[in-house]
Amino acid sequence: MCLRFPELAAVLLAMTGVAGCEREQRRFSEPSGDALTITTPLTDIEAGGQAQPAVAKSPYDENAFAISEGQRLFEWFNCSGCHAHGGGALGPALMDDVWIYGSEPDQIYSTIVQGRPNGMPAFGARIPRQQVWQLVAFVRSLSGGLRKDVEPGRTDSMQMRPAPSQTQDNP
Amino acid sequence: MNHQVLAPAGPLSSEIAQLFWVFVAVAAVVYLLVIGFLVAALRRRNEASMRTALRTVSVAVAITSVILLGLGLSDFFAGRALAATPHDPLRVRVTAHQWWWEIEYSDAQPARRVRTANELRIPTQRPIELELTADDVIHSFWVPSLQGKKDLLPGYTTRLDLIASRAGVYEGQCAEFCGFQHAHMSIDVIALEPQAFTAWYDAQLSAAAEPQNPVAAHGRDVFLGSTCVMCHNIQGTDASAVAGPDLTHIASRRRLAAGTVPNNPANLAAWIRDPQALKPGTHMPATQLAGDDLAALAAYLSELR
Repeated sequence: MCLRFPELAAVLLAMTGVAGCEREQRRFSEPSGDALTITTPLTDIEAGGQAQPAVAKSPYDENAFAISEGQRLFEWFNCSGCHAHGGGALGPALMDDVWIYGSEPDQIYSTIVQGRPNGMPAFGARIPRQQVWQLVAFVRSLSGGLRKDVEPGRTDSMQMRPAPSQTQDNP
Repeated sequence: MNHQVLAPAGPLSSEIAQLFWVFVAVAAVVYLLVIGFLVAALRRRNEASMRTALRTVSVAVAITSVILLGLGLSDFFAGRALAATPHDPLRVRVTAHQWWWEIEYSDAQPARRVRTANELRIPTQRPIELELTADDVIHSFWVPSLQGKKDLLPGYTTRLDLIASRAGVYEGQCAEFCGFQHAHMSIDVIALEPQAFTAWYDAQLSAAAEPQNPVAAHGRDVFLGSTCVMCHNIQGTDASAVAGPDLTHIASRRRLAAGTVPNNPANLAAWIRDPQALKPGTHMPATQLAGDDLAALAAYLSELR
């Protein structure tokens, strides 16, 4: 097969596009521990009126593989036991726009790691930081908080609503 | 390596091996005859009459039909022998995951069900009925010394019978590409004499061994206080998750991580610290543990016979 210059250029361009695509990155081994650990105060009310901390960016908000891993862990770690595939039961629903403890990545991270009053256990010592961030990304996808093209497709479990990749942004 | 299609260790794989040799023998004879007739035809000077040619071709077609019918029948009878419903089988449920095998022996009493992983122990001379299913993608169960292949499909149960005539270790392998670590998805079938099997089964029913020394006791605390408990189960402790292999009797198994490495404390520690180094892509995450904690954890798990 012989490619002429325009075709060759198009192929090379497509290859660089794939290589540089965060969406398709697969990182099996991550620097865990402190690099991924953050602390977020529960409230911005603080003695002396300190400035609010900067909101940390989730490392996986644009990574489709990590988000689908989060979807798997959500079942494995029995988050569905209380949150019922995102629909809410004993715990609050995760697919609506009501957030008791905040919808930013660092706030969801802290909710998982520290636990919250009235039922949410602290998973900080139980789940590796990398997996917490995968869960954060998946939880945000449930309410359409992520880009459409990185959100997971439908699951094998009971469907509470259309798959995240098929719903409107920001309900 | 102990997986050989042509060294059958049971009546079912004997059927398959026999069928193979019948086909090889018939095909070899036919091949030699065809080549022989071809050479004879090329060397022949005078041309045969139309009548002779017609008769020769008719005879050849008749012989071919009889041979194909015979092969078809032998295939039918072999298939029937493999599919026969066994009498009083031991039922075992095998669930394939990416990338390990979950094994559960069924019993009318739930308390007498045994759950293990990557190692199927069976009594000799007794038919085993496997109920095969998959959790994520399609896998295939293949222990060449004992049986042919059978696919494991998510959401669907397939059945496969095994019979081992003599005691031994028979290795098997996932035979349907199932993702990144398909190559590291082995299963050991260990056939034991019936008394040895019963003894093993009763030992498996017991709860995990209590730690015998302070190091192992510390190891148990590390296990129960770290990320292990989200996925693994150790009978007799608070760890009761079912996402990963059951570790109640992990030290009694030959190999770790579905046949990736031999089971010994050093490999166990290496596997816990960084599974991705041994089996990239595995769903087990790396666990950051201090040296003492890791050694204690490995010591504890190595005691769980």
